Amino acid sequence: MDPPDKSRLNADFSDLYRAHLRDVYSYAYYRVGNHHDAEDLTEQTFLQAYRHFERAQAESEGRPLRPWLIRIAHNLAANLYRDRSRRPQTPIDDTTDLRTMHTTEDLVEGRDELSRIIAAIKDLPEERREALIMRFALGMDNREIARAMGKTDGATKVLLHRAIKQLEGLVTAQ
Amino acid sequence: MNHPAHADFESMLRLALHPVDPPESLKTRVESTLVELTDAAVDELEAWEIGAMSDPRNWVRPVIAGAVGVSAGTALVVLRVRTERKKRAQASRNPLDLLGRTVRAAAGEARKIARRG
Repeated sequence: MDPPDKSRLNADFSDLYRAHLRDVYSYAYYRVGNHHDAEDLTEQTFLQAYRHFERAQAESEGRPLRPWLIRIAHNLAANLYRDRSRRPQTPIDDTTDLRTMHTTEDLVEGRDELSRIIAAIKDLPEERREALIMRFALGMDNREIARAMGKTDGATKVLLHRAIKQLEGLVTAQ
Repeated sequence: MNHPAHADFESMLRLALHPVDPPESLKTRVESTLVELTDAAVDELEAWEIGAMSDPRNWVRPVIAGAVGVSAGTALVVLRVRTERKKRAQASRNPLDLLGRTVRAAAGEARKIARRG
């Protein structure tokens, strides 16, 4: 590779970092359930991504790299839990964010329901919870989620449908 | 089309799982770490070059210099060499042995990158 291409590689990684820092952090936060671990996970994700960026970019053939980043975060989170031999005690531990985010009159009316949804999400199987985080927190489409989870588009569509249905059932049952 | 109740639930879900902004301290931390990687790469390679001049294994120097002339290349070499640092430390008999192993590893990684270039 020529030097200008290497400089471009660094510049491209910089763009990727700026474009997806919030995505990776949001995923990490909802995945691990606290800000401290989410910060560590986010940092490790970008360091890992930097190490493998050249190959990932070459193999992406122009496709977006967000699913690749989220897959790195997913693998690192899995390692974190394996190392600690535990699951998160509270997948979403800081409801302050939620309260401060929803202060308009419309949202005040729905705050109870939002709290029930948040509480129910932690009871979902891990794979369904992840799919919902990717769809609703990160706004990823089926194809992106499929790539991040290593599934087909069809299987992802079914997974999301079932996750939403199960969550609705859990919320209704509360 | 989605059932209205189903669509409402999805709207609520979207509100519940709002994106979370990373703290400023994290941005600073990650950016500093990435910059440090590049800076460390330059420092370590300079140190390796000085060491190689007084070392009989100084054949390594031109290989490194040729292959890692720019920061992205140097960072890549150092990242790869650092990854294996623990293994080399465990395998080495003394600091000199460790230095030799590190230089050989760097030369190997540099050659790999040069071949790919």
